[in-house]
Amino acid sequence: MSKETPLWEVFVRPRNGLSHKHCGSLHAADEVMALQAARDTYTRRGEGLSIWVVPSKSIFASDPDQTAENFDPSVDKVYRHPTFYDIPDEVGHM
Amino acid sequence: MSQALFNALLELGDDHLILGHRVSEWCGHAPLLEEDLAMPNMALDNIGASRNIYTYAGEVEGKGRDEDQLAYLRLDREYKNCLLVERPNEDFAHTMLKQLYFAAFMEPYWQAALSSTDETIRGIAGKAVKEMAYHIRHAGEWVIRLGDGTDESAKRMQAAVEEMTPYVEELFTMSADAKACAEKGILPDREALRAQWSQTISNIFDQALLDLPEVKFPQLGGRTGHHGEEMGFLLAQLQYVQRAYPGMSW
Repeated sequence: MSKETPLWEVFVRPRNGLSHKHCGSLHAADEVMALQAARDTYTRRGEGLSIWVVPSKSIFASDPDQTAENFDPSVDKVYRHPTFYDIPDEVGHM
Repeated sequence: MSQALFNALLELGDDHLILGHRVSEWCGHAPLLEEDLAMPNMALDNIGASRNIYTYAGEVEGKGRDEDQLAYLRLDREYKNCLLVERPNEDFAHTMLKQLYFAAFMEPYWQAALSSTDETIRGIAGKAVKEMAYHIRHAGEWVIRLGDGTDESAKRMQAAVEEMTPYVEELFTMSADAKACAEKGILPDREALRAQWSQTISNIFDQALLDLPEVKFPQLGGRTGHHGEEMGFLLAQLQYVQRAYPGMSW
């Protein structure tokens, strides 16, 4: 079954101006059927304006065992956050 | 005129209700979870259209009947749906082909109805035309994959084509009521949609490697209430709740 209908990851963009967000996965025979299944499964309540489907096997994920070495070194580098500036009022909303 | 429009609306409403009910029979039985969501989606599109059509038919009739009374409280001979939509689901090939045949007719029908002289019809058409375009795509992709699939799927798909195609003619057939409405510009001329239907189907059949048979003896009768045996069983299930608990709502 999973040979004929491999797994796909579904990304939905809820509105113009926002980016596609991962919302789940599904089984389908090919990309056309995957898009239709995504439409019927994940946009039933007006959730989206655009859908991407990606073969799950094309996604390479970071190793959970490497979480510490990947992400801990950034925790103490507060100077990377742009919080040391006074934003002039004229700039308005950023 | 209002009697003709009422009857023509029943033809239209019954087509959508009965097909919607047939598709809904797949709920919980589809071969994939994803398809188990897609089938009721399509069923609800059809049933939703029938609700709008029945509500308007009730207004046109002016006897105080609402959508529920028209949908659930008539006898089998009073239903005017074409025979195509009441055919049993059989396998996935039959089901998807039936859906495709119907949507390939209704999409240009609602397109034409967008310029109806009747405002309510234009409103119903505006919503339905998008739904039918999707049904063509969804059912069409399945027909292509089953037709150009394995030996077994190709055999079943062609068998479905042989069995269902004689029922297509009734979609184009004009009753006296439909003619009266078409002459007033209220509802589209069904006869005029043949070319568009054939174009949609031949595009899909070319990819599906299917042959459309020539039909010598079309199956007609639904519009005049002459339904197949299966219709009685369908109505028994469809009408059960309203018959057992008259006037019930939730």
